[in-house]
Amino acid sequence: MTKKEYNKIPGTIVFDADKSREGYHLNQFCISLRLQKNRDAFNKNEEAYLDAYPMSKEQREAVLKREWNLLLELGGNIYYTSKLAANDGINFQNLAGRMTGMGVDSYREMMLKGGRSIEGNRDKSEWGED
Amino acid sequence: MAKIMAGVGCSHVPAIGVAMDTGKTHEEYWKPVFEGFKKSREWMKKQNPDVIFLVYNDHCTAFDSRCIPTFALGCGTEFQPADEGWGPRPVPVVKNHQKMASHIAQSLVLNEFDITIMNEMEVDHGLTVPLSVMFGDIKQNGEWPALVIPLCVNVVQYPAPTGNRCYNLGKAIRRAIESYEEDLNVIIFGTGGMSHQLQYKRAGLINSDWDKRFLDLMTEDPFGASQITHLEYLRETGSEGIEMVMWLIMRGALNENVTEVHRHYHVPASNTAVGHIILENSA
Repeated sequence: MTKKEYNKIPGTIVFDADKSREGYHLNQFCISLRLQKNRDAFNKNEEAYLDAYPMSKEQREAVLKREWNLLLELGGNIYYTSKLAANDGINFQNLAGRMTGMGVDSYREMMLKGGRSIEGNRDKSEWGED
Repeated sequence: MAKIMAGVGCSHVPAIGVAMDTGKTHEEYWKPVFEGFKKSREWMKKQNPDVIFLVYNDHCTAFDSRCIPTFALGCGTEFQPADEGWGPRPVPVVKNHQKMASHIAQSLVLNEFDITIMNEMEVDHGLTVPLSVMFGDIKQNGEWPALVIPLCVNVVQYPAPTGNRCYNLGKAIRRAIESYEEDLNVIIFGTGGMSHQLQYKRAGLINSDWDKRFLDLMTEDPFGASQITHLEYLRETGSEGIEMVMWLIMRGALNENVTEVHRHYHVPASNTAVGHIILENSA
């Protein structure tokens, strides 16, 4: 049994206290984009805006490159990273299309057909992962 | 004395609010979602509650990572709809029953539920979408038909409070409300869910069988529902499905025996299974 049993769930990152600690400055940057004046400043000069947030180099690169899954792996939380996506004109559903690697259209199609089934999606072993 | 007449369980998907605010409710995609709330709106008119005690979660709007209270009770005079990154929803300001809220705050702490007291707070779609689906369109310069006491629950950072804790908090909320001296009709909302995962590679997970069983448990076996583990929510209903613990606060505030007067379930609204139930306290 692993220490965190929820880490056995495939394709899922549980935003727990450890992740929250790692992602603190990244998430605080993302949430700042909730306000228009901050979005304006960020869009004018992304690098300069990011200087105010002491995140790791890796996190900063992932922001600049919009690597949505990596942002979550590095402590980002979806309610925060979705503000960066919204700034780019990407809504929740289209963001999910990207994170799943399915693309926007086939993701939307899957949702219309009832979503992703739970069968085969409970344990990492079903995905051929540890 | 104030009395809790009924409980409402209801999803709070932001896209539902957007669909209402941009006049899309008659589109094919949204029609079945809103069809299921027709009866609810008629029921709300008949109930004509004085106060709604609304359990929801804030989505990093009032509380970002700087401060994460597990339970926070809105005690301010009123709550402005927040800008969540795409402009504030065009809905009325939410007005509190401030005297009752402060009575509840005091009663809860003395009953050993050490809640956070919020005297200033903006509210996001978690609170306004359930009001909109249950009351229908209300112009921004109008008024919500009831006063609202908001209770925010942390479900963003793991762990959310346990289902058991939520269920017992519901019981304490009932004692608090029903010891308030004014004659008031109160309805309690538990919002969020149902199955959904917004993040990472498993996004889009929906578990309709599980959701329907949860709705059954809401009516028939709330204690059983209160014992569902966090691991089960995360695995079976998606990382964001854990919001359903908030329904247990609502359910804890009702009689053990309730009458289910309405139920609605539809997939999808954006990434989410929409679930809704109305439970009246049996006489």
